Amino acid sequence: MTDTTTAPARVRWWQLFIWLGVFAVLGVVAWQLVRSRAGSLHVGQAAPDFTLTAFDGQTYHLADLRGKVVVVNFWASWCQPCRAEAPDLENTWRHYRDRGVLFVGVGYADTDTEALAYLKGFGISYPNGPDLGTRISQAYRITGVPETYIVDQSGRLAFAKQLPTTQAELMAAIDPLLNK
Amino acid sequence: MAKRIVLLLLAAAALAATIAWAAGAAWAQAPTPSDNDVNRVARQLYCPVCQNIPLDVCPTDACAKWRADIRDRMAAGWTDQQIMDYFVAKYGERVLSNPSTRGLNLLIWLVPPIVVAGGLAFWWQFLRRAAVRPAHAAAAPPPPADPYVAELEKELEERR
Repeated sequence: MTDTTTAPARVRWWQLFIWLGVFAVLGVVAWQLVRSRAGSLHVGQAAPDFTLTAFDGQTYHLADLRGKVVVVNFWASWCQPCRAEAPDLENTWRHYRDRGVLFVGVGYADTDTEALAYLKGFGISYPNGPDLGTRISQAYRITGVPETYIVDQSGRLAFAKQLPTTQAELMAAIDPLLNK
Repeated sequence: MAKRIVLLLLAAAALAATIAWAAGAAWAQAPTPSDNDVNRVARQLYCPVCQNIPLDVCPTDACAKWRADIRDRMAAGWTDQQIMDYFVAKYGERVLSNPSTRGLNLLIWLVPPIVVAGGLAFWWQFLRRAAVRPAHAAAAPPPPADPYVAELEKELEERR
């Protein structure tokens, strides 16, 4: 009678290394796919925190602005719809500036020269700054410009619009927050 | 005579100083960067907002402004690397046509050669095993004779 037992297969270390590498790459790809399918932010979500250094040197940290209504607008000087909504944003800001509302403009993928010329041209008086490294844009998962988000006093999104907005829309969103 | 030599030496020194000053002034003014200079950097960058379009060939007005930004910085004496670092700081690493080697981007550089090496190693192992198998097959002993088969073959031979 022959001995039919066989010695267990020995896993070589380089085979283990290769399989680990394959699973690691698949894990990264899966993670990126999940991230890319996450979609835009929606009302009710916690607003992603950010720090913006404005063109005048002042720094704004969203987490420090709890208790205020914060309107975050993403724009660029090369963006025609941004130019169309710029007067509405400025007018709305002037209406609410002394009522616990802060407007913050985030310049997306723009040169400083063009951005400052844009702000001067439209007489924008609320804080604006460049989105260095597009970190804020990525945190807010913007798909283009303009996009406008309103963060309520508790840090949650109360308004999210991935298209140009108007003064009427902004006021309709802000008034209920101030009257709470 | 000595006085004449001293005067000549002083005049030569003054001339040399003047030439050195003029040359220094010329070198201090950076030449206006040419389109080729600008595109040398722009070619290594992508348009920050377009999909996969190199900055040197991007036709939009925004891209023209970014190329103008490169030209201004070159004229101010910035090096190519300083301009690239500025664009990365401003627009993120995705503007680089060659991914950086930091963070997860390192995988882009490491994975392809590892996969190729792994594939070659796999084929080498496969071919080695395939070469060993026929040798083993030749050394295998012949199957035992089947009496039924032998009888069948004998009858077939007789019927021919």
